[in-house]
Amino acid sequence: MFWQRLDLIARSVSPMAITLLLVVISALPMHIPSFGTVSPILALIAVYYWPIFRPDLMPSLAVFGAGLFQDILFDTPLGAFALIFLLVRMFIVSQRRFFIDNSFVAMWLGFMFVTAGSLAIIWLIISLFNVAFISPTAVAVQFFLTLFLFPCFAWLFSRVQRTLLRQ
Amino acid sequence: MLEPRKNSVAHLATSFKILTRRFTDLALVGAALGLMVMGRVDVALIERVRVTTVDAVAPLLDALSQPTATVSIIIDRVQKHIVLDREMTFLRQENDRLKHWRNVALHLETKNQKLQKLLNFTPDPALNYISARVIADPGRVFVRSMVLNSGSSSGVREGQVAITGDGLLGRVVKVGYQSSRILLLTDINSHIPVITELSPSRAILVGDNSDRPQLAHLQAITEVTVGERIVTSGHGGAFPPGIPVGKVVSAAEGNVRIQPFVDMSNVEYVRVVESGLSGFLPMNPNFLKGDKNP
Repeated sequence: MFWQRLDLIARSVSPMAITLLLVVISALPMHIPSFGTVSPILALIAVYYWPIFRPDLMPSLAVFGAGLFQDILFDTPLGAFALIFLLVRMFIVSQRRFFIDNSFVAMWLGFMFVTAGSLAIIWLIISLFNVAFISPTAVAVQFFLTLFLFPCFAWLFSRVQRTLLRQ
Repeated sequence: MLEPRKNSVAHLATSFKILTRRFTDLALVGAALGLMVMGRVDVALIERVRVTTVDAVAPLLDALSQPTATVSIIIDRVQKHIVLDREMTFLRQENDRLKHWRNVALHLETKNQKLQKLLNFTPDPALNYISARVIADPGRVFVRSMVLNSGSSSGVREGQVAITGDGLLGRVVKVGYQSSRILLLTDINSHIPVITELSPSRAILVGDNSDRPQLAHLQAITEVTVGERIVTSGHGGAFPPGIPVGKVVSAAEGNVRIQPFVDMSNVEYVRVVESGLSGFLPMNPNFLKGDKNP
């Protein structure tokens, strides 16, 4: 009984654990010579994916915590990514029907809009914080990187969902 | 008779649930906004939270960054194999050139020593090094910084200078017990007093989060030429003088850009240097943001 409960808890925290792990992974130095200096926002993929399929396992508080963790590791103003992740979750939960009913391409398109909106808000916040104009080219590269990595991670999450979180 | 009442209770429960959920969301949005404002007002507290958290995950970052370092070595090796032949010819030629330069350097060093003795010259204070590994390199778009696996336990202190074999990288802005964060010279909050080697004219190297920081407050703009080397000037005492920074890649009117010598995309080890000077400039970059109590 105890092991069963422990197993259940371990399974249910997996979406949150994955999100935190993605924050750490995107912060790791990649050391790819002349690869460029832009990293994708991997956690955004998790914050987008899980509220569509399992909003119960990705509550607002978890999303908020992941955002704070990202802010701390990435040295962005504390609360900036927390705000973005929260807004993304609120948006997804309100439009859940649309995402569940439609195809993968629709989901990817949705992710494109969410990422564009998120990066625009973050860019605005950081620019206001520094009272300076931050070069939007790097932000654009980050946008495309995150966008094109979405299918891989979405597939990975769907595997996790099927094996670990079967209801 | 019971049916509608049951329904209305259930309905009430659901709407209450939705209401609390909405309230939680709004409260958290408020908290996020509040934290951002607080970060501007009470810097010390927020900084302590940040440093402690990074310190706590430093062992994890340290462990996880090992495999990526291995991957980097493999990529490097494959790249080298591809260009091995060309590389060898190039290196032979370079070796010949360097041998010549070594002789010149030895000659100049002896000459320099003699002249210094003659002039009773006081040499620059010797530098102390702490070597550290880069365990996180997260901020590359909005903030340009790196996390090192050495902190106050290894003697790293705020304001120290981070360099690699190629030149200047940035300086230490946050120090935990076993980790520290350096602000790269390309960051928007980085202002470094430099000097152009040929002209020579003083300037401030200002980052703008792009790969090529800008030279501001140049004394004489017309004298700067493309390809000219830029080194730290040591003015203000925050940086030791003479550290190579980069070379001029564009010298348009009012917009002189520098290509740093350090390839920021592939830094694995960093040397943290004590400048030996206490420094007249405040070490906290928040001072530059207009903070009154750094």
